[in-house]
Amino acid sequence: MSDFIEIKNLVKRFDISGGLLEEIRFKGGIHRKKTVVHALNGVSFGIKKGETVSVVGESGCGKSTLARCVIRIYRPESGEVFYNGKRVDNLSSAAIKPWRAKMQMVFQDPYASLNPRMTVYQTLLEPIRFHFRDVSRSEADDRVAAVMKQVGVDPDWRKRYPHEFSGGQRQRISLARALAVKPEFIIADEPIAALDVSIQAQILNLFMDLQAEQGLTYLFISHDLSVVEHISNRVVVMYLGSLCEFAGTEQLYTAPKHPYTRALLSAIPQFGSEGFNHMRLPGDVPTPINLPSGCVFHGRCPHADERCRREIPAPITEADGRVVACHGVEEGRLEWL
Amino acid sequence: MQKQEPLLSVRELSVAFKMRGGVLTAVDGVSFDLDRSQRLGLVGESGAGKSVTGFAILNLVSRPGYIAGGHVFFEGRDLATFSEEEMRNIRGNRISMIFQDPMMTLNPVLTIGQQMVETLKAHRHISKHEAEKIALNKLQKVAIPSPEKRLTQYPHEFSGGMRQRIVIAIALLTSPSLIIADEPTTALDVTIQADIMELLLNLCEEEKMALLLITHDLAVVSQVAERIAVMYAGRIAELGSTEAIVNAPQHPYTQGLLKALPQKVERRKRLNQIPGSMPSLQERPPGCAFYDRCELRGEICHRESPRLVEKNAGLVACHMVKDTTGKEEK
Repeated sequence: MSDFIEIKNLVKRFDISGGLLEEIRFKGGIHRKKTVVHALNGVSFGIKKGETVSVVGESGCGKSTLARCVIRIYRPESGEVFYNGKRVDNLSSAAIKPWRAKMQMVFQDPYASLNPRMTVYQTLLEPIRFHFRDVSRSEADDRVAAVMKQVGVDPDWRKRYPHEFSGGQRQRISLARALAVKPEFIIADEPIAALDVSIQAQILNLFMDLQAEQGLTYLFISHDLSVVEHISNRVVVMYLGSLCEFAGTEQLYTAPKHPYTRALLSAIPQFGSEGFNHMRLPGDVPTPINLPSGCVFHGRCPHADERCRREIPAPITEADGRVVACHGVEEGRLEWL
Repeated sequence: MQKQEPLLSVRELSVAFKMRGGVLTAVDGVSFDLDRSQRLGLVGESGAGKSVTGFAILNLVSRPGYIAGGHVFFEGRDLATFSEEEMRNIRGNRISMIFQDPMMTLNPVLTIGQQMVETLKAHRHISKHEAEKIALNKLQKVAIPSPEKRLTQYPHEFSGGMRQRIVIAIALLTSPSLIIADEPTTALDVTIQADIMELLLNLCEEEKMALLLITHDLAVVSQVAERIAVMYAGRIAELGSTEAIVNAPQHPYTQGLLKALPQKVERRKRLNQIPGSMPSLQERPPGCAFYDRCELRGEICHRESPRLVEKNAGLVACHMVKDTTGKEEK
């Protein structure tokens, strides 16, 4: 089966130099210097139809930027995004409109992502009217009631405002807004991070139920590794804007290959286990402004050698189908291989 | 047998907030004990009252909130009888507090050294030089590399994990007997979270400090605490040893939380969710606050609020839990 969503070599940089005065440097004569954040450095992977692919990594690793590039909130510097074989990253704002109805996004903060001055009805009606001009008012009303029912919010509450709902209910409404235009592909950026533990399970169940009913495809961004393990078919591990490992959930969690994946998974808080035995990484995550040479992880990797400091590792597809970007894995010199 | 007096004893503590629509009781008759060098975890959802409990212990609840009742005994003395000056001798000295966001605790315009010396001089009559020596020692304890150099740096020159280490070092300065840590790792990434929690655990053991760890993360608390108190809607629903809570939770809310953990069901299958959400504390229902969401609820639960009583291996506030040890209370 070919990939439904294909992400190829995505690169995104942000210029944060500010004004002209802030760019001027006086060291060795006067010259201008731009400050650039390297948020994504050539990330590639694919998502099959009806599948959930999750992206995990620590804050600042570029997972949210990735989500926003895929749905074209950001325009990537280079690289391509294909939707069902059609390239969508280079389309104009007008030309991408029909694709936007097929791909929708759910954001992290259900307090910030709903307009406080719009009723639930208005919030849900807007995308329908925007994407389907010829839908009649009564059809649109029916659609609003239908999506509210789907996400478990009583349609009688459609005249209420966001502040009248709890966090979990608001996230249901955010999801309803995404579903209103009958999308095939949903990008969810940390959709449960702002919710309480007892509500998280409700929203995750809702995501899984909707996928089972409607065959939705998910790109799920999360830092919660236990949740990702539960809901995903495949998982992408990112570090400092680069893909480290991309593998089936079972493969990844039972036998991670990339040294960073191993460290990350070992740090998951284990319920009911006393004390700690995670892998300690030396140092801190470097800034994405001055990327390290070679492998972005080499400064913290206990297995880094001269080649890792010099040469950026290319993602290599292994015999078992997983993708790993690590010289050590390629050379077979890591002890757990 | 003579039982040692607990380090901290919270008795029927209530904290209320004056709101436009009436009075909101955020903490409603909470009682627990914490022995010397013991670690207690206080878990619950947002709004359960766990942070407010932490603040109330140090009498730090500010308007419109107020302590509506109860007592806090520290080393046997009622903190309510303390003058503001005596309280200052407790806060940051005998009891230190660590907050979620290190940038909220650290002053951005002072160097780490200045802040540490300032803290020490507020509580001890010592010279600047002596204070710096203690500061250096504590920075080494929290594993900050090249501490001499670090003393002269400002908070923005440190990463998030390093800042939280510094906050811990500041908390250690006066060798307190109790640390209250309110979500100390919530703002941090998981690899750093594990490092910080391990550090905190080791320091408590080495320095014989007691720890009150306030968090929403059951997994983290189970790795660090010896006992766990589960809070729901301003009250303690269940209190017991970590082992008992992990292996044999009694309260239906605790049971629900544990059953909802993703690792409890097969991958890609529906999770066991608890229906509904926590009731608003302004309209607390007359009976058990968990009534609407409870699978075990009976007729009495709707009428009468359950008290926290000893049942089986721990304390639980639920009418429906049977005590099988043979003791009959009430």
